[in-house]
Amino acid sequence: MKPIASMRALLGLGDAEGGTDHWWGQRISGIALVLLGLWFVASVLTLPSLEYHVVVEFIGRSLNNVLLSLLCLAAAYHSNLGVQVIIEDYVHASALNRASLMISRIAHFLLAVIAVYAVIRIGNGT
Amino acid sequence: MTLSILHRATGVAMSVGLVLLAAWLTSAAAGAEQYAEFTTLMSTLVGRLLLIGWSFAFFYHLANGIRHFVWDTGRGFEKHQANASAWFLMIFAVAVTVAFWMLLL
Repeated sequence: MKPIASMRALLGLGDAEGGTDHWWGQRISGIALVLLGLWFVASVLTLPSLEYHVVVEFIGRSLNNVLLSLLCLAAAYHSNLGVQVIIEDYVHASALNRASLMISRIAHFLLAVIAVYAVIRIGNGT
Repeated sequence: MTLSILHRATGVAMSVGLVLLAAWLTSAAAGAEQYAEFTTLMSTLVGRLLLIGWSFAFFYHLANGIRHFVWDTGRGFEKHQANASAWFLMIFAVAVTVAFWMLLL
C-alpha cells in the first residue's frame, strides 16, 4: 500500500485506489438485489394478505428470514454506495462533504442493523 | 439524459423507502398493535402515495439497473439503441407498477 494513498483514505479525502472496489460492490449488490427484490415482490403478491399474522408467519420461516435479512443488508449497502456518489457529485465544500458522507454511512449502518434485528426477532417468535 | 437523473432520483427514493421497510419490519416485530398502527399510517393518502412512488422507483431502478449491466458489457450504446431501450424502460416501469397494484389490491 502506498503511504500517500492510505493517508488520503484515512483522512477521508475521497477514493484513493478505491474506485474499482466501489464499482464492483455496486454491481455485485445490484445483482443480488435484482434477485432478492424480485423474490420479495413475488412473495408480497402471493401472500394471501398482508395482515399481521400472515406477514409474521411468512417472515418467521427460516429461509425467508435469511433472504429478507440479506435483502436488507444488500439494499443498505447498495444505497450507501449510491448516496455516496451523489454526495461526492453535489456537495463540494470539503468539510460539509466529509460530514455528509459520514452521516450517510452511519445512517445506512443503523438502518441495516434495525431492519435485520427486526427480521431476526420475528424469526425467534417474539 | 433525463433517464440518467431519474436513476438517481429513484435510487434516492428507495433509500427513503429503506426507512419504510425498516419501520414495517420493526412494527411487525413489535406486535399486532404496532403493526396495525403502521398499516393504518400507510393506508392514508400520503402513505399510499409513498408506497406507489416506492414501487414505481423499484421497478424503474431495477429495469434501468439491468440496462446498466448490458452497457457494462459494451453493448447497447448506439444512440438509436439507447433511445429505444429508454422508451421501453419507461413503459415497462409504468406498466409493471400498475400491474403490481392491480394484483395486490
